[in-house]
Amino acid sequence: MALIKGKTGEWEMVIGLEVHAQVISKSKLFSGASTEFGAEPNSQVSLVDAAMPGMLPVLNKYVVEQAVRTGLGLKAQINLTSVFERKNYFYADLPQGYQISQFLQPIVGEGTIILDLEGGETREVGIERLHLEQDAGKSIHDQHPTQSYIDLNRSGVALMEIVSKPDMRSAEEAGAYLRKLRTILRYLGTCDGNMDEGSMRADVNLSMRRPGEPLGTRTETKNVNSIRFVQQAIEQEARRQIQILEEGGKIVQETRLYDGMKGTSRSMRSKEEAHDYRYFPDPDLLPLELDAAWVEGIKAGLPELPDDKKARFVKDFGLPVYDAGVLVADRDTAAFFETVAEGRDPKLAANWVIGDYFGALNKSGADLHTAPGDAKKLGGLLDLIADGTISGRIAKEVFEEMWENGQEADAIVESKGLKQISDSSEIEGLVDEIIAGNPGQVEQFKGGNEKILGWFVGQVMKATQGKANPGLVNQVLRKKLG
Amino acid sequence: MSVDKETVAKIARLARVRVDESHKEALAKELSNILGWIEQLSELDTDGVEPMTSVVSMTLPLREDKVTDGGYPDKVTANAPEAAHGFYAVPKVVE
Amino acid sequence: MMSDLTNLTITEARDLLAKGEASSKELTEAHIGAMESARSLNAFITETPEKALAMAEASDVRRKAGTAGLLEGLPIGMKDLFCTEGVLTTAASHILDGFHPTYESTVSQNLWNAGAVMLGKTNLDEFAMGSSNMTSHYGGVESPWRKAGDNRPLVPGGSSGGSAAAVAARCALGATGTDTGGSIRQPAAFCGIVGMKPTYGRCSRWGIVAFASSLDQAGPMTRTVRDSASMLRAMAGYDAKDSTSVNAPVPDYEAAMTGNIKGMKIGIPKEYRVDGMPTEIDALWLKGIKWLEEAGAEMVEISLPHTRYALPTYYIIAPAEASSNLARYDGVRYGLREEGATLDEMYEATRGKGFGAEVLRRILMGTYVLSAGYYDAYYNKARKVRSLIAGDFAKAYQKVDAILPPTAPSAAFGMGDKMDDPIAMYLLDVFTVPASLAGLPGISIPAGLSQDGLPLGLQLLGKAFDEETVFKVAGVLEEAAGFDAKPAFLAA
Repeated sequence: MALIKGKTGEWEMVIGLEVHAQVISKSKLFSGASTEFGAEPNSQVSLVDAAMPGMLPVLNKYVVEQAVRTGLGLKAQINLTSVFERKNYFYADLPQGYQISQFLQPIVGEGTIILDLEGGETREVGIERLHLEQDAGKSIHDQHPTQSYIDLNRSGVALMEIVSKPDMRSAEEAGAYLRKLRTILRYLGTCDGNMDEGSMRADVNLSMRRPGEPLGTRTETKNVNSIRFVQQAIEQEARRQIQILEEGGKIVQETRLYDGMKGTSRSMRSKEEAHDYRYFPDPDLLPLELDAAWVEGIKAGLPELPDDKKARFVKDFGLPVYDAGVLVADRDTAAFFETVAEGRDPKLAANWVIGDYFGALNKSGADLHTAPGDAKKLGGLLDLIADGTISGRIAKEVFEEMWENGQEADAIVESKGLKQISDSSEIEGLVDEIIAGNPGQVEQFKGGNEKILGWFVGQVMKATQGKANPGLVNQVLRKKLG
Repeated sequence: MSVDKETVAKIARLARVRVDESHKEALAKELSNILGWIEQLSELDTDGVEPMTSVVSMTLPLREDKVTDGGYPDKVTANAPEAAHGFYAVPKVVE
Repeated sequence: MMSDLTNLTITEARDLLAKGEASSKELTEAHIGAMESARSLNAFITETPEKALAMAEASDVRRKAGTAGLLEGLPIGMKDLFCTEGVLTTAASHILDGFHPTYESTVSQNLWNAGAVMLGKTNLDEFAMGSSNMTSHYGGVESPWRKAGDNRPLVPGGSSGGSAAAVAARCALGATGTDTGGSIRQPAAFCGIVGMKPTYGRCSRWGIVAFASSLDQAGPMTRTVRDSASMLRAMAGYDAKDSTSVNAPVPDYEAAMTGNIKGMKIGIPKEYRVDGMPTEIDALWLKGIKWLEEAGAEMVEISLPHTRYALPTYYIIAPAEASSNLARYDGVRYGLREEGATLDEMYEATRGKGFGAEVLRRILMGTYVLSAGYYDAYYNKARKVRSLIAGDFAKAYQKVDAILPPTAPSAAFGMGDKMDDPIAMYLLDVFTVPASLAGLPGISIPAGLSQDGLPLGLQLLGKAFDEETVFKVAGVLEEAAGFDAKPAFLAA
């Protein structure tokens, strides 16, 4: 628990996050229009999305499945009966004048997410609920001096609103929550989690209190579109609230906007008045009844989730918790690792995947699917290390070559003559030469300078262009130097 | 249940309907009358009665996830009082 | 003006065309002439004579080629609440000025698929909210009926007043209406024609301007019960685009009219005998009972104990749903836009100017009953009472096959009357609203005349999706009543 020291004492942050996640589906929640990103304005809009007179909603079965899948991935209760309600308010990007959402009876109830924090610590954060609702269209305010332009392509796309319990106590925890939630959604294939594209957005609810005291008044910062900004917004809002409270003021319950570029937040003018959404069950839709067997079927088809995969990597592969955590952060990466590790030393595989492979990926900006070195090739390289054909050091050279021109490891070793020298007579010959040629250093060693051994090893390496088997070199040197 | 001018103003605002000041008093009276009339429902004991969700006895139909609609931006904006470059145009909104 | 060709029933016209004794073109031309001659009634908002002739000609071609739909070549009126592709659709409101839908409602498309011909869009109360057709932005509709010895114009009833007047004045063989609390049945009674509201979910609501989603139903307005049966058959059917549409086959309703109701049990609801009910209505009701008894049916007194709460329940639920359904009329994507410096000002100006007084009243009512703090006391309470009302019917239908109430508590009144007292207007729905709340089918047939020579109707209510029984009993009642009075307008 990170407490903030203010002028008049310590303060505790109470943070809740509401995440709006766009559901991966071909068509919208209640209309058959496409959900694809980036099309011409109003070209992915059906008459239903445009709220023409007489239009009616029809629910997308796959979206329901995705919501159930997500609920199961959050270890949450699936409500077999849920109700769609209308949330009534006026805005240019809301053509119906109401959003079809869920209020009193959401499709998913309480669940949990485990946060992975610094130093391998974990913490459980509660999920309050998950419900389905329509996304709104997009307003563009900067194309005309006196007009705003409305594009309804996004209007009606299915959103899952995932509400956490106010269990987080620091910006770090909030970041860990979003990262974990994103990973889970991506594992399940129910949301791509691309905050920069707007397919995942976070609303931050924050209040401050003295430790042990009841909850304070909270503010809501809406539509923050990066994890970094969420953390910044939290720090900022916490300080803003502390200042007000320490000066004896009261926190106004309000909605705020965070400007990530400027690093400032402000109150949203349009939301100044309290909204009365006048929720009531949508009379164009009946209650949604789910078949328990159908839900069980979805559960049976769930992929292995990150927490379970991490635990398995630690148990079955003996990986350190941190490494396992890095590998499971992405489902494809974890799969990549497992392919490389199959039939090989998992720790070696983990080191190479996390270190060299990820390093190369990051540097080149490629991703797992477009990368030149695939799992099979990397595995081939590790085999050469394992059977002593090359040393770990040479392997790094080979890896660079592999990455550059996509060749197989053994082909590179052959063509460049990089095979490790493990012939003891050859090594002994070299060592004799070096000892003979460097009496001074021999003296130093005999005089008690252990460290000079490294110099001898270096000389042997130089003489062999790094191909000498380091273990063997050490062995021979010790033997010869005494 | 009595409704006053202020309440009429508040509801009109919620419903985004402009009501002339001169009209508010008369509306308040009308609405109060109507509300007074529907007030008789409170006489009925409805404890334990389930609110009606729908008169049709069937389950909510579900649709296959296929793209079967959209792709006609001209139709969508055909009746718009103001459109520009394929968008609907409205008075500028300042956040 | 009434010619041979305009004083036919659908059944008769169908036969005429089938025998080749007239063409759809001739039939349609005659009706276009009648429509033009009846302009003083203001029954149509938009006349579509060119389209009608084109459709009629196409129909004649189809018939020559050997294909003929259920309503092939028959000219009808289309209530201006149904979206018709390329044809102005207004819902009788200023706020839909200039709205030309790029799509066709399912029900109207079903009718065109059956070969029907569109004469025009009939007038209605604005957004279907009303019982007099006086609230239309396009002016009130005048009933073709007049009180004996009195030249004052009368209302046709509402909200489907234009359709009722057009059919009664023989401008159309039939017309579509919609019924939310009685908007087909009540104007049918006032105009001396047959109006049928089917079971909720029988006809698709897709493309019909929504008023109250859990109550709205499309239905036929015709001069005979048989006509009604054939028109409903063409209108009804499952629509996957409407999540409240029921997937049940549409029977041949005409075939169900066997004329034999021996042994059937007809419920007489004792709570429908309300205080202050005019004696002539009571008398007609007793006549109706006698007619059915003479036909071999057994009258059974039933109790629908929550009847008196039906109107207030309806006047909470309908405005609540309407307030939300009408939120889309905001000047952004279609219809009227009034200027505003800001978006909110544009909304308020557009909606303030665009909606009429009754619609405004109901939007405010609906917004109020849904607002914070009142949801449980009003809307949720009303939904519970609705369950009780539906329960009353379910219980009654364990004992009877159909129910016989009057349609309206009075005959037609003068245009402009009752406009000061919204509640007086709402009370006109007292006999029709309960069946709407329960989603049950109901038909009104002209059964007699008032002292002043104005039509009075009787209703028959049926079980859910048992329109066949409704048509069967209605056919017998119609035969017994022998209503053959014609509106004064035709005599002129």
